[in-house]
Amino acid sequence: MSLPGAASQLLEIALALAIAPLFAGWVAQCRAWLQNRSGPGIAQPYRLLHKLFHKDSVLAERASPLFRAAPYVVFGCMTLACGIVPTVSTDLPLAPAADAIALVGLFALARVFISLAAMDVGTAFGSLGARREMLVGFLAEPALLMVFFTAALVTGSTSLTTIVTTLSSQELLIRPSLALAAVALVMVALAENARVPVDNPATHLELTMIHEALILECSGRHLALYEWAAALKLFAYACIGIALFAPWGIASAHAPSALLFALPALVGKLALAGFLVALLETLSAKMRVFRVPEYLGMAFLLAVIAMLVKILLGAGPQ
Amino acid sequence: MSASPLLDGALALAAAWLAIGFAGLAAWSRTAIVARLLFPLGAAVGLALAGVALAALGAPAEARVLPIGLPGLPFHFRLDALAAAFLALLGGAGAGVSLFSAGYFRREEGTPPGLLGFQYHVFLAAMALVMLADDAYAFMVMWETMALASFFLVTANDRSAEIRRAGYLYLLIAHLGAIAILLCFGVLQANTGDYTFANLRAQHLSPFWASAAFLLALAGFGAKAGLVPLHVWLPEAHPAAPSPVSALMSGVMLKTAVYGFLRIAFDLLPAQLWWWGAAALAVGIATALLGVVFAAVQADMKRLLAWSSVENLGLVFAGIGLAILFGAYGMKSAAALALTAALYHALAHAFFKSLLFAATGAVMHATSERSLGRLGGLLRVMPWVGWAALAGALAAAGLPPLGGFAAEWLLLQSFLFTPQLPNGFLNMLVPVVAALIALVAALAGYVMVKFYGVVFLGQPREEKLSRAHDAGGWERAGMLWLIAASVALGLAPSRVVEALAPVTRLLAGAALESAGGGWLLVPVSVARASYGPALFLAGVLACFALAWVLVRRLYHGRVRRAPAWDCGYPWQVARMQDTAEGFGQPIRQIFEPMFRMRRHLPTAFDARPRYAVEVGDPVWHALYLPVARAVEATARFVGRLQQGRIAIYLAYSFATVIAILLWVTR
Repeated sequence: MSLPGAASQLLEIALALAIAPLFAGWVAQCRAWLQNRSGPGIAQPYRLLHKLFHKDSVLAERASPLFRAAPYVVFGCMTLACGIVPTVSTDLPLAPAADAIALVGLFALARVFISLAAMDVGTAFGSLGARREMLVGFLAEPALLMVFFTAALVTGSTSLTTIVTTLSSQELLIRPSLALAAVALVMVALAENARVPVDNPATHLELTMIHEALILECSGRHLALYEWAAALKLFAYACIGIALFAPWGIASAHAPSALLFALPALVGKLALAGFLVALLETLSAKMRVFRVPEYLGMAFLLAVIAMLVKILLGAGPQ
Repeated sequence: MSASPLLDGALALAAAWLAIGFAGLAAWSRTAIVARLLFPLGAAVGLALAGVALAALGAPAEARVLPIGLPGLPFHFRLDALAAAFLALLGGAGAGVSLFSAGYFRREEGTPPGLLGFQYHVFLAAMALVMLADDAYAFMVMWETMALASFFLVTANDRSAEIRRAGYLYLLIAHLGAIAILLCFGVLQANTGDYTFANLRAQHLSPFWASAAFLLALAGFGAKAGLVPLHVWLPEAHPAAPSPVSALMSGVMLKTAVYGFLRIAFDLLPAQLWWWGAAALAVGIATALLGVVFAAVQADMKRLLAWSSVENLGLVFAGIGLAILFGAYGMKSAAALALTAALYHALAHAFFKSLLFAATGAVMHATSERSLGRLGGLLRVMPWVGWAALAGALAAAGLPPLGGFAAEWLLLQSFLFTPQLPNGFLNMLVPVVAALIALVAALAGYVMVKFYGVVFLGQPREEKLSRAHDAGGWERAGMLWLIAASVALGLAPSRVVEALAPVTRLLAGAALESAGGGWLLVPVSVARASYGPALFLAGVLACFALAWVLVRRLYHGRVRRAPAWDCGYPWQVARMQDTAEGFGQPIRQIFEPMFRMRRHLPTAFDARPRYAVEVGDPVWHALYLPVARAVEATARFVGRLQQGRIAIYLAYSFATVIAILLWVTR
């Protein structure tokens, strides 16, 4: 492990931990602006985390150690995920530990743990949330995997750093397969991050909620870790989108000084991505839970079609 | 020093299992001797067998002829890398299950403990000898011994009509499969009359006869592995058996089918055709999808696990099919990758499924309950079993860094090689199969969350559950061994791939070169793909620990206990949790065309409104019941001849004699 490598790895994780709540705050602020509200300001998630960490954790009497360990597991998974997705540099010593498929597995691990923790206390809402989370998950996970497969077929690798290096060194052109995959990824990202057409993190409406039902019994530091992990997940998905579909400007292994350019580039791209998420959320309406499988099935099909397009037009510039 | 030390060792250990079985017959009803002495001895034999098999993996093949069996028809035995890999699986998983059984068989199971021990160890020995057999005769004898021993184990509790029915169905389909295998050997020997595998290997069959042999093997071993449409016995028979036997059947016996199929498709058949691979791939993926979807709607924990075995074997056969496909086009390294994935999955499944069945056994002993609707909250009263089952469930859900994920990762990687196939049609089709595999893998997570959440988490759904007792020492030891193996398989994939290299070299002519060495699994090159579960786990654990320490340093670790919140609803009872049916409801809805469902909806005027839904297997109704009805109708028709009066039978004889006379004097 080279010294600059370790440095860029640490920088990447620290950056993710620091920026992720800000990014979530930015999305919320954009939503507020689009809805003609003034909004809480983009630093609001930090204040929330600080407040929650200060509070006592109220545990249900029936809660087992699994319930207490799960927030840390989920947080650990999401931190590692942010450490694997190349954001500012492709020189990441952790990257060989997990390629795109293992990254999907990492998200699955977090999902299973948060669902099990929700079922642990044995309340109506907890098990309802777990069921719906797994429902969203089992449809979104293969779709995400197919998005990665499309990129893997384009670049001949499932290693995220190789994918990003290959894509960022190519000239700018529209590939139909990647365009389809991008649409699929946006749909999956909205579903996986409890965003509007599938879930609404701003409400506690029993009939529709998914993510909030999962963490209903959590409080204090456990809730703070879940919230932070959710912000990290949103950040990771935004970074996956950027890495696959707009990787230009990322620093490669041989030019650490390029970090100076990569950082502002990343912030600019994230700002745009956050605004896009807020716009999509504002323009669409929350759908019934029973419609969610259709929505995610469409994302899955789009991703598979993207892969087939890649294979059909394999010899061309796709 | 004999010429074949490892083979002799393996044979001696199989004989030791037989001897332990006969010792069980001597200790007919003395539970203490059978449980505390014979089963642990059997576990030791299993461990020794695994050791011998691991040593044999890298060694050259050894053969031996033993003059047992019919005069002039001796048994041939041979230990090569393929047999060694499956013997290691049998020994390793068998040892864990035997240890668990030492604590498990403490009560009446319907059969006297000595007899049960006899059947159990004969079952183990027969499986070992199936893998060592080197001629069709020995293979079939051992195959049938295995089927019969397991049949008697399934029907251990023969007072229950349901169990007898399951046993009958099992016996029936096992014999259908055995007939197909027998015919397959018949085709393979090509009229030479010599049934040794060496001779079968030397025959050059025409593509037609080779395909016939392949299809017979697929049908015969598919019947044992539970491939669609011959899977119907599996979800009936596996849950019916006592739990350690379910563990052996799901974890190990299904793998003998994989072994046999590999032996014929890769070793005995001279060349492979591409459509064989396509057929195995299609059957495998159909089985996997059907298995996982049905597992998601089960309301009985052992049936759920049995359906999950159907799914896993489907994935294994999909990997084998892909390997055949690659092999037929001469892409040896890709074939080796797919084959490694299949073998890895078989290995991982053996351990985590044995572990899960063992956990259900402990739950059934503690609660005498199998239905998911009457369990819940067991993690708090049975922590050992609960945490052990968590390890098994995470592995079965295919989550990193455990064994199931490494196998799935390799399988998905091998699909990424398919665009290099020289067949355009397959190029289009195979990625769709990859998408289906991804779907199956994700659904497996759904199934395992349902299984674990409903059984071990939440509130106990019955009063008596709070008095359930945890597993005993032997049971804990067995489960710990199975956990250790599952975790080791997950954390050191490069070692596993290295160990499997002789097998793929033998079957596919190439081996996976793990370039990463040490802890990293690298099928081709680091730039292409890599997976390092140990580093991965270290990463998650480091984040976990750092978060834990920092939260306590910077803030505090205070905890207050209070009643559950549940949006402020004060009357929380266990029935408000999701039931198993409730958890399966989205799957029922999304995959409705795959089920044969009967719903009974209440009307507004019912005095006692009831909602009932019954989920059936469409294959059963589409294939088996018509056949059964046809057999019955034929029997009834033939039955008309049997009038029971002597005059009528005399008339038959008279008519026959007249007919013969007419024919002769014609």
